Amino acid sequence: MRDVAIVATSQARNTTDSTLTTPELLMPVLADLFASLESLGVSRSDIDFWCHGSCDYLTGQPFSFVSAVDVIGAWPPISESHVEADGAFALYEAWVKIQTGEADTAVVFSNGKSSSGPVDRIMALQHDPYVEASLWPTMTATAALSARACLDRGVITEQQMADVAVRSRADAIANPNALVRGIHTVDEFLAEPLVHAPLREHDIAPIADGANALVLAAGDVARAWSPRPAWISGIDHRIDTQRLGARDLSVASSATIAAQKAGVDQGHIDAAELHAPFTHNELILRRALGLDDNVAINPSGGALCANPQMAAGLARVIEIANRVTSGSIDRGVAHATSGPCLQQNLVAVIENR
Amino acid sequence: MGERVAIVGFGQTNHDQCRSDVSIAGLVREAADRALQAAGLELADIDAFVLGKAPDMLEGIVMPELWLADALGASGKPVFRVHTAGSVGGSTAIVAASHIAAGIHETVLTIGFEKQSDGNAMWALSVPLPFGMPVHAGAGGYFSPHVRSYIEQSKAPAHIGAMVAVKDRTNALKNPYAHLQQRGLTLEVALESPMLWDPIRFVETCPSSDGAAAMVLTSERMADRLKRPTAWVQSTAMRSEPTLFAGRDQVNPQAGIDCAKAVFAGAGVTSPIDEIDVAEIYVPFSWFEPMWLENLGFSAPGDGWKLVEDGETNIGGRLPVNPSGGVLSSNPIGASGMLRFGEAALQVMGLAGEHQVDGARTALGHAYGGGAQFFAMWVVGSKKP
Amino acid sequence: MTTSTNDGDVVHLHQPIGVTYTWSAGPGASAYLQGLTEGRLVGNRCPSCDLVYFPPRGGVCPRDAVALGPPVELGHTGTITTFCIVNVPFLGQTIEIPYVAASIMLDGADIACQHLIQGCAATEIFIGMRVRAVWKPADEWTTSFANIAHFEPAPTDSDQPAGAEKNA
Repeated sequence: MRDVAIVATSQARNTTDSTLTTPELLMPVLADLFASLESLGVSRSDIDFWCHGSCDYLTGQPFSFVSAVDVIGAWPPISESHVEADGAFALYEAWVKIQTGEADTAVVFSNGKSSSGPVDRIMALQHDPYVEASLWPTMTATAALSARACLDRGVITEQQMADVAVRSRADAIANPNALVRGIHTVDEFLAEPLVHAPLREHDIAPIADGANALVLAAGDVARAWSPRPAWISGIDHRIDTQRLGARDLSVASSATIAAQKAGVDQGHIDAAELHAPFTHNELILRRALGLDDNVAINPSGGALCANPQMAAGLARVIEIANRVTSGSIDRGVAHATSGPCLQQNLVAVIENR
Repeated sequence: MGERVAIVGFGQTNHDQCRSDVSIAGLVREAADRALQAAGLELADIDAFVLGKAPDMLEGIVMPELWLADALGASGKPVFRVHTAGSVGGSTAIVAASHIAAGIHETVLTIGFEKQSDGNAMWALSVPLPFGMPVHAGAGGYFSPHVRSYIEQSKAPAHIGAMVAVKDRTNALKNPYAHLQQRGLTLEVALESPMLWDPIRFVETCPSSDGAAAMVLTSERMADRLKRPTAWVQSTAMRSEPTLFAGRDQVNPQAGIDCAKAVFAGAGVTSPIDEIDVAEIYVPFSWFEPMWLENLGFSAPGDGWKLVEDGETNIGGRLPVNPSGGVLSSNPIGASGMLRFGEAALQVMGLAGEHQVDGARTALGHAYGGGAQFFAMWVVGSKKP
Repeated sequence: MTTSTNDGDVVHLHQPIGVTYTWSAGPGASAYLQGLTEGRLVGNRCPSCDLVYFPPRGGVCPRDAVALGPPVELGHTGTITTFCIVNVPFLGQTIEIPYVAASIMLDGADIACQHLIQGCAATEIFIGMRVRAVWKPADEWTTSFANIAHFEPAPTDSDQPAGAEKNA
């Protein structure tokens, strides 16, 4: 495998009700991304491959990704692709492209305006159209099924769920991209009413509009473009059956396989950013990835404090990469999920060398 | 670059206006099973799946690959989804090939599909959005003005579009999987066909189809072991440009020109018209055959229609184009590009049956999408690159 | 609702999906939309290539990938760059067929916009034809390009928008 690293990142400030169009949301993110490389003389024309993650149904427009091509500078024509998925999967495609040797550099970007439509209902349309989707199983409702399975099996407690929220919101104080933050207590949270039993407000990520981008580079290019590249030492993704009745909703077995393939257990992990928009997701994923109590979980506050659909997974990668680049950690794990109840999971190990 | 990539199995569904005998999952599985059968493999032999389809709004399912994981027995394996508009069938195959070229997986099953009868494509492609003027009427309404520009610029005779239609529909009679099986179509009959999006006639328009295409791609090591008829990927390329910008040439888009140059250079092809034995080109409206012949460099700009008029794109001509009947005879949108890529492979494997082009050694698969700003191409050959 | 065979096997389920979206016009289209409510056609000039975009899609110059610059008032006349005659009905269609959909390069713009051509037989329309905007009555104007009912052939010596006298 070729050595590939993240050498620059950029994130839009998440908002709850953006009035920007897709191009307007992305334009400053990409401008900021290249501004950080300007002193090295690196410009858009130095990029070999571009890959974008977004979802038409989130925007309410077929081919909504087409307008994103308007802001990346696709003239003269570029080598470019798009995934109907979180930007973390666009990262995977770009990483594969670099592994073929056909590209040395790539820009990966994603955007999601979760506020455009009823995102909870829209994601119900991910289900089997013949027998399940017609019941409109919303994102939050299916997450509640999973939380119930965890609680009933005794693998987690409501206190642990609240504890995840307390820690995440406290960590989010230092993160300008977070939409909820503050000092709370477990008792305070557990006194709140159930909104989607057994979930309370603090168990559920707020709706967010956001966008982000990063630059990938191979080998010597990475070393030239960054004083401390964030090397991707392993990346893998796996899927489970979607049918809720056919799997144990208290585990994420596909995340376990992806973690093994990505080499999570091949060294000490300082921090992990887990794409866990519900508190119990984090508890499931910690076990699935084999992360012990010494690992700092979601030091940014995580997706629980800002969850822009289709961008929140790539945001996890950026949060870990930034920490490796700044020198605050040496080896971290980034995770992204897709589908109901952690159905599909991507795991990347990112490290200093 | 990277490791050699082999196509050891191509499968497609029986394309039809409404495959009411199968669900979407059944449709996908039909193509997958045929591809696996051709390769002599089973689902258990597949390391990863790469799926593509056009906009989710065509069937009303958000990211349907998540649900389709079950139909493919993919639990515990990677399933990857690509969406690059109409070029998606081609770009999906390229992404699948990249997994093998990169040495990440040994054997990948790639699938493109669309069950148009489960939704309303004309609606999904023309969703009325606020602030604009809703004058477009589906893809035909979008592309028809560019066809008019082409006719005006190239001075092509008015019957060229109908000639392509007659050729493709006649070729489709030799392809048992093709949706339209239109017997006895003559140029005279075609020219009587009503104008839908003048200057595009009904007969010059692709149908709306249910269908899927699948390919088994594998490493050189595995291909050598399987000893099946094999097509070898010689080169792949993708190019994009913005949909609309001031001064954009929508008849002969630069992204298509650049993509063709890249894919031919990668395959060591210096004179496409002489070195490519057969081409499967994405032609949803018949006039795009001469337009793309020029864009791809098979002729000088303005001369593509002359190859059509001289019969050079017929089976037996200098460059047979779409011997399968093409998009004009079957158009399951998300699969249409992969059908072009797969049919190109079938030709160099020598497995195209009645529509086989004699002695085909090197073939082009081509797909485009959006407002003709996304292009995906590959060149496949009977010999290892 | 379902469709079944004679044997009672379910063949089709009809499940209408309704999702309501709130669309953002975005600040980049603001001058354009505001202009429409006032019967004016306003594009934006790219600060990099100096070309005028109408409408200013997404507020960006797609070639240079930079935000469009100041608004530019455009004429109500233009030239047909290409067109098609639509004879095919489809769901959600709001215009009676057959109709002529044309790409029109407004005077002062550098990219064609799309609109209807009426006021002459379809067979009389040609690439390069001069046309002018025919506005709906002012009390029907909203933030929509549909404030213009259609374009019609323009006398070559006139740059006045048709209907201007009625709306004045």
